[in-house]
Amino acid sequence: MTVAVVQFGGSNCDRDAVRALDHLGIEAERVWHADGLPDDVAGVILPGGFSYGDYLRAGAMAARAPVTEEVRAAADRGVPVLGVCNGAQVGCESGLVPGAFTTNADARFHCERAHVRVERADTPFTQAFDEGQVLKLPIAHGEGRFEADDATYDRLVGENRILFRYCDADGAVGAANPNGSRGAVAGLIGDRESVAVLMPHPERATLPQLGPTDGAGILQAFA
Amino acid sequence: MSLSLADRERVVAELGRDPTRTEAALFENLWSEHCAYRSSRPLLAAFDSEGDRVVVGPGDDAAVIAVGGTANESDTYLTFGVESHNHPSYVDPYDGAATGVGGIVRDTMSMGAYPVALADVLYFGPFADDHPRYLLDGVVDGISDYGNAIGVPTVAGSVAFHPDYEGNPLVNVACVGLTSEDRYVTAEAQTAGNALVLVGNATGRDGLGGAAFASEDLDEDAKTEDRPAVQVGDPYAEKRLIEANEALLDEDLVVSARDLGAAGLGGASCELVAKGGLGARIDLDEVHLREEGMNATEILLSESQERMCYEARPEDIERVMAVADRFDLGVSVIGEVTEGDYVCQLNGETMVRASAEFLGDGAPPHDLDRAEPTRPTPDLPAETDVADAVETVLTDPSTASKAWVYRQYDHEVGLRTVVRPGADAAFLSVDEADADVALSAGSVPTWTAHAPYEGARAVALEVAMDIATLGATPLAAVDCLNGGNPENPETYGGFAATVDGLADACRDLETPVVGGNVSLYNDSVSGPVPPTPTLAMLGERVGENRGEAPDITVTGEGGLLLVGDSDGRLGGSTYLANRGGTDRFPALPEDPLGVVETLAAVARAETTRAVHDVSRGGLAATLAEMVDEAGVEATVPDYETLFCEAPGRAVVETTELDAVRAAFDGVAPVTDLGRATETPALTLSVGEEMVSLDAAAVAECRDTIARSID
Repeated sequence: MTVAVVQFGGSNCDRDAVRALDHLGIEAERVWHADGLPDDVAGVILPGGFSYGDYLRAGAMAARAPVTEEVRAAADRGVPVLGVCNGAQVGCESGLVPGAFTTNADARFHCERAHVRVERADTPFTQAFDEGQVLKLPIAHGEGRFEADDATYDRLVGENRILFRYCDADGAVGAANPNGSRGAVAGLIGDRESVAVLMPHPERATLPQLGPTDGAGILQAFA
Repeated sequence: MSLSLADRERVVAELGRDPTRTEAALFENLWSEHCAYRSSRPLLAAFDSEGDRVVVGPGDDAAVIAVGGTANESDTYLTFGVESHNHPSYVDPYDGAATGVGGIVRDTMSMGAYPVALADVLYFGPFADDHPRYLLDGVVDGISDYGNAIGVPTVAGSVAFHPDYEGNPLVNVACVGLTSEDRYVTAEAQTAGNALVLVGNATGRDGLGGAAFASEDLDEDAKTEDRPAVQVGDPYAEKRLIEANEALLDEDLVVSARDLGAAGLGGASCELVAKGGLGARIDLDEVHLREEGMNATEILLSESQERMCYEARPEDIERVMAVADRFDLGVSVIGEVTEGDYVCQLNGETMVRASAEFLGDGAPPHDLDRAEPTRPTPDLPAETDVADAVETVLTDPSTASKAWVYRQYDHEVGLRTVVRPGADAAFLSVDEADADVALSAGSVPTWTAHAPYEGARAVALEVAMDIATLGATPLAAVDCLNGGNPENPETYGGFAATVDGLADACRDLETPVVGGNVSLYNDSVSGPVPPTPTLAMLGERVGENRGEAPDITVTGEGGLLLVGDSDGRLGGSTYLANRGGTDRFPALPEDPLGVVETLAAVARAETTRAVHDVSRGGLAATLAEMVDEAGVEATVPDYETLFCEAPGRAVVETTELDAVRAAFDGVAPVTDLGRATETPALTLSVGEEMVSLDAAAVAECRDTIARSID
């Protein structure tokens, strides 16, 4: 039983995800997309990067890759699935979650630390936190602005599916929104609580020598 | 540009016949300044490149050095290399800068290393003008799109503006890779009979003759006319090439390797076998092409990106091809290593037949005249308002915050970045060797334009001080020596002085210079660029708490000390650049290594709260940059002390003032500056005058670039 970190040709946070899980004592391995998921997969991470170069639309090609069909089937079986950054874009493009992550409001890549507020603490990805808790997580993306049409956004809010919103250090949503996301959404869950996508990088906030370790609580979903 | 008459005669004498058109083109590119260092080779002997850390020194695609101990003690190695992509970045800033990143990353891969860090060092014309700003935007965008996509963090570098880069910006990029004693390879062909395998993108007509293009002055209309000589990058292919290279190394399938850069396949394959004292037979028909009907010259000299040439044992060919297939990369077996000449054939016809050694190393160096740089007579401007002067220095684009730049670079991918951009140096965790590695890179055009020799020495010391602020000590350096047309004695004289200055300073710092790059002919209608010796340096820290470095910003808990000496000379300073006037360049310390090592020791002390070295903008900029959540209250006697940019100095916030004084006793003077305060503000007493800026006002001053460009 191992967590599969799916590696596409342009993935670049796959090694980091494995290293962070390994640090938490969670068995994980990189799985080359063409090889498919192991039968007894215990969890799936779609890591950050530029899956197929993303010359088209971020995540659009990967969403149509055969392995993504396997990921969807695993998610339907209740296997925890987390899409991070490019993995979040793949998650939207493949319909694991609704909405889209598109070009940042200022059309620039942002690599910095962002504060996010935990909107619900009863999912596998947030059980380590309290509702309303403020986390400091690294972001690194050019296309991280969450967008959804009114009906979809209202449904997401109504179904309580927003996991994290960008906020300032005191937890005030609206005061900080690095990419201009609708509703300052930084992460959300799919039809099941065991499927989540987020733009911030939990694997970059797990090893203690690199600074705050708020990401570890998110990755504990795979423990 | 074509082969010079003298070179042509030399070739005819060697071959005993006229060269074919393909041979002539190959000689022209391989013997160009860019590939053969003909004008700089006589100068480069000044560098000391040996040391107990050096595994592979200059001359290969990148240097290899041991980390965590000497080459005998440690089996973890770092590769280190630097490259320029100056001319392409003027013609096409986005693609020029992007392919510069791609090239230095492949230099890293061809040593058998995985790229772990990049540093980009950029020089542009005046920020106030539109064109330099357009170039800055395009170059940063190109580096960001390419570097971010391939998953190599850009952790260090610098950006400087100076009028003499107006028509010719400089884009220098350094890369650090990680490898080991078992894993590293070199670009030296080993055995006749082995196959040469080309892996990566198909070969097209892009970037034809790029090496020769890089060795000419830029014309005014260079932008449109020379676009075909600029290559276009494909980071998705580069990423797959990185992964394929790792897989080939994992399976021990690489005997030797060289990336295809300047002069393309011809350059890579010829230099690979020449280094091994061997020859090659290349079947140009076998090269996988992007377009039909390419002739031999085009196939040999195309600078299409994302291609590697490997020497593989014949029995391993199938496995090499399987790895390439897995990563969806093109692959072709293009020939074999031989004991004879370097021979290229197309359609059964021999297009090239010459000794690889003659092709690779036969270009005689140029013996050029140099004029000694002149020293200006001091003529200082009258100072009227120190507060205004401080604001001027802090808002100067070269001193101002570069957050707008580095925020666009992914500087955290790879999980090694302990200290991020914005500090004096980046700090990378190398757990493989139980070490943390510091990286800093840059040069200061106002220093080297004013005083090439002393300025270059100052650059080396400043970079070493950056490393010391993290508690690390210098390990090795690589240089990227940029200059104008060397046939002009004044230009060449200034360039040569920077080479000597860098070499002398690195010797004083006991830091081997293990590799480098030379870029000449950086001239435009606005004249030559200042001699610009970019230095990239790696430092190392081992032992307990190795990653715990003080910030550059104060905590508000300690007193402030200035360590190091200065004579208050303002030559080369940001202050004079803005105010006009001249002065001598400041004197440099007698014992620079002592200052660096002592500062590193102080930075490691638990009682040290913050350390920031003095560089561009002098003490004024240093103190302002230390203000963030806490503040600084300092007293200096005069504006010379405030704006002098003599390196070898740092401001230390400490709770044990006497311990710092004792540490520097006999090494360098220590001066009381004042104290850090809980109030986040900069308060300076300068003689009779007072300057006071709260943290927001300091940030506003330093926000020049972001404020003006977005």
